[in-house]
Amino acid sequence: MKDFIIPDRDMGTPMSKSTTMVTLNIDGISVTVPSGTSVRRAAAEAGISVPKLCASDNLEAFGSCRLCVVQIDGMRGTPASCTTPVSEGMKVHTQTDEIAQIRKGVMELYISDHPLDCLTCAANGDCELQDMAGAVGLREVRYDAPKNHFARRSAVGPNPEWRPKDQSNPYFTFDPSKCIVCNRCVRACEEVQGTFALTIEGRGFDSRVSPGMGSDSFLSSDCVSCGACVQACPTATLIENTVIEIGTPERIVKTTCAYCGVGCSFDAHMRGEQIVRMVPSKDGKANHGHSCVKGRFAWGYTSHRDRILSPMIREKITDPWQEVSWDEALDFAATRLRKAQADHGKDLIGVITSSRCTNEETYLVQKLARAVFGNNNTDTCARVCHSPTGYGLGKAFGTSAGTHDFDSIDDTDLMLIIGCNPTDGHPVVGSRMRAQLRKGAGLIVLDPRRTDILDTAHMGESWHLPLRPGTNVAVVTSMAHVIVTEGLYDEAFIREMCDWDEFQIYMEFAADPRHAPEEVEKLSQVPAHLIREAARAYAAAPRASIFYGLGVTEHSQGSTTVMAIANLAMMTGNIGKPGTGVNPLRGQNNVQGSCDMGSFPHEYPGYRHVSDKATREMYERVWGVPLSEEPGLRIPNMFDGALHGSFRGLYCQGEDIVQSDPDTKHVTSALTAMDIVIVQDLFLNETANYAHVLLPGSSFLEKDGTFTNAERRINMVRRCMTPKNGFEDWEITQMLANRMGGNWNYQHPSEIMDEIALTTPSFAGVNYDLLDREGSVQWPCNEDAPLGTPVMHIDGFVRGKGKFLHTEYVATDERAGSRFPLLLTTGRILSQYNVGAQTRRTENVVFHPEDILEIHPSDAEVRGVREGDWVRISSRSGDTSLRAHITERVSPGVVYTTFHHPTTQANVVTTDNSDWATNCPEFKVTAVQVSPSNGPSEWQEEYSAHSELSRRILPAAAE
Amino acid sequence: MATDKLIRMATQMADFFRNQPDHPAPEAVAEHINQFWSYQMRRDFIAQIRAGAQADPIVSAAADFITLPQSAE
Repeated sequence: MKDFIIPDRDMGTPMSKSTTMVTLNIDGISVTVPSGTSVRRAAAEAGISVPKLCASDNLEAFGSCRLCVVQIDGMRGTPASCTTPVSEGMKVHTQTDEIAQIRKGVMELYISDHPLDCLTCAANGDCELQDMAGAVGLREVRYDAPKNHFARRSAVGPNPEWRPKDQSNPYFTFDPSKCIVCNRCVRACEEVQGTFALTIEGRGFDSRVSPGMGSDSFLSSDCVSCGACVQACPTATLIENTVIEIGTPERIVKTTCAYCGVGCSFDAHMRGEQIVRMVPSKDGKANHGHSCVKGRFAWGYTSHRDRILSPMIREKITDPWQEVSWDEALDFAATRLRKAQADHGKDLIGVITSSRCTNEETYLVQKLARAVFGNNNTDTCARVCHSPTGYGLGKAFGTSAGTHDFDSIDDTDLMLIIGCNPTDGHPVVGSRMRAQLRKGAGLIVLDPRRTDILDTAHMGESWHLPLRPGTNVAVVTSMAHVIVTEGLYDEAFIREMCDWDEFQIYMEFAADPRHAPEEVEKLSQVPAHLIREAARAYAAAPRASIFYGLGVTEHSQGSTTVMAIANLAMMTGNIGKPGTGVNPLRGQNNVQGSCDMGSFPHEYPGYRHVSDKATREMYERVWGVPLSEEPGLRIPNMFDGALHGSFRGLYCQGEDIVQSDPDTKHVTSALTAMDIVIVQDLFLNETANYAHVLLPGSSFLEKDGTFTNAERRINMVRRCMTPKNGFEDWEITQMLANRMGGNWNYQHPSEIMDEIALTTPSFAGVNYDLLDREGSVQWPCNEDAPLGTPVMHIDGFVRGKGKFLHTEYVATDERAGSRFPLLLTTGRILSQYNVGAQTRRTENVVFHPEDILEIHPSDAEVRGVREGDWVRISSRSGDTSLRAHITERVSPGVVYTTFHHPTTQANVVTTDNSDWATNCPEFKVTAVQVSPSNGPSEWQEEYSAHSELSRRILPAAAE
Repeated sequence: MATDKLIRMATQMADFFRNQPDHPAPEAVAEHINQFWSYQMRRDFIAQIRAGAQADPIVSAAADFITLPQSAE
């Protein structure tokens, strides 16, 4: 196990990006720094530590604590070094008798209103106030203040200035008695997170940190529980409850969050094998020291009592589970898989790889299908989220990944956000976007719902195009129509990077009046002037970027929308330079990686088609077995096949397809029809209700490996503790493969990465030593780019010339009619993640205990639905019940819900419609009816009865 | 496999490729199917079209360009 202690010194103020250098002299040392740097930071660069309390290098200088005062030749008085910029030839003195006296006086005042319970304080050993008292040599406090904030009672009775702790948040405690009003928490909430939940109420001695209105607690306020304030607090005023319970950590393991596709780096602060707290890494290149509530706090599921630690098997899915040894479970699984092949054919079994597992684990699972099963029946949950991205961007640009890194947000002048909700789904990216919006960047949001990013404080111009679900292609193509007909395209870029003649033909297509905003308004319900304004703003911005999510891909025309987006970027020259690009925000932590690792049935790792002879022969050489040249089955094809007897066995690692895939009844009937279903997971998830073998999985804290985030960044996942189930997931796959004749002999995930690098050109330069050294790299990482590639397509597209595809709008079959007059669209919420298997097993349930149906007041009124009522939502696929929330965030005719809770099973309602190119399900459009209801539907009751029955466990027989 | 579903999927492809200027749509649909469908799906699809299933003319014409491994023919 590795223990990484990275010097993580707080430099006091943010880094200046200026290229003009300034030289000054601090305490006799000459130091050269970029213009705009503060004296405090320049001193830190020179290795001189100037005391501070209110300053932090992730926050703008504030100048309130007066501890960092210095003397500067030729300047009057003692300026605060954090708010004083450097100038050429400046002579600074950080330690003089006068300054020492001032600092001691300041500390004396602070301490006069601070309790002296250091020995029993939760921040003991990790308190900046304590450190500063030491640094300035404070030895006595002469003031006996008549009023203070910290004593609960005085000799004469209760202290009116004292406030009790706020313990409303499940993860941290706010103790006002220890607050020094340095404002760091308030500034972190504004500058880092962008929520503005905290404020300082009162003035002077009455100044107090307050979440929201006076009557609010942290829980009832706008606080999103990201923990930036907790991280910023220099005292024990805001502190993690786990630190209060456990004490200070003794070592740090650097790892990567296992939630969304942002891929935040974390320092796991450990005591032994116990996590004390998770702190986002300052040197994390995706998150720069920030995180959301999930990554920082919601890791308790890894030690939840529901975790399955012993393998289990059963003959029939109606039998109770039988706990058995690993040998017995793996033998059972291997024998059944081989039997299914012997009885029905070698192509009738397959695997589903996990976008939550590491690259190395995913690579092994697809290898299991190809090299051991002897077919290409491997798919991954990217099928149901970003497969259209792979296809669409592949056709337009030549490669299927996001074009830019997240840092590029800092350079953008306008963001076009389509079908994604970054402040909920990708919170750290959402915060970075908000920071750029506060600096004046423009914002265009195409979404049926009014998402929170539109409510960013202090932002510049913004447009919301509330389109009807299913009309993305029409609206985006209409924006292209405006750009083409108004001559707003970038001719020089198109001539250089694309095919000008091809663009002429495309222009003819886009300029057709059927794509005009006035026509598209009729079907999308977006006012024509909004489409025009948005198109003009996007084309006019010097550097415009596009971010999109599943609201683009999960449609019958998902791939077409991706192409339409690529067209927009190409025709305006918004590719290949900072601040521009086309950036799909990936759902799960390793969606990008699972696609890169060859999880799809038609392609090997590195996106090479299985029919490509050279690649196939190379893998045959490396793996030592003959391989199939035939594309395998995709997830929906596996289900369809199972219902017709042409698919009999499945090994499913770390996915809960029963809850996450559309048309639940179809999925469960398909699973019921299979001879053998093997689930490898932390919990008895919904899919396990239909499984014959349960192989207990390991959590991200218990394994080594890598995740690849939405910006193609390969981040290290490092083992913090021994797997509770006994094995890392890659070991389990290897044991299963070897029982089926795989003859694999990997000793460590680094050896798997070496095989990936050996066989995949875009990963050729990747190895664990490089990742340890660099922290992370973005693929392509090879001879041409030994440290990876932050921005792609700089000097030309991967496919050569960028391709303009014609994106004709075709209405989905799923249309609102008289039986099902509303359109349901689904999404997710900040505090819950995907199927909720993880987050529902944490305190995050206080933020979102159940799925709620959002419905517009007018739709609610005609149905007699009141706020909080139980309603039944039904489609041609099925029905379920949940509670209604009446809101104008959704347009009339549109309803919205999340799919985090198995008791709701929102996917009972969604249909088997799918994207034309990739079979990515059309989650985002389902014609539904909503009606008042008394409670759970018949399906919900049946399902919950089945769950209970199928989750019975018999302990292993006594020996 | 449920062939009405296969034809529905192929029709969706036809809706895309009929609007592309550079390739004849039936060939493009067939190429897409050859690349992404398993041979069982391709076999069932061809059989269904040859049995006279109602389909968009592009979809029907695509069947002639779909390849099968020798073992499956």
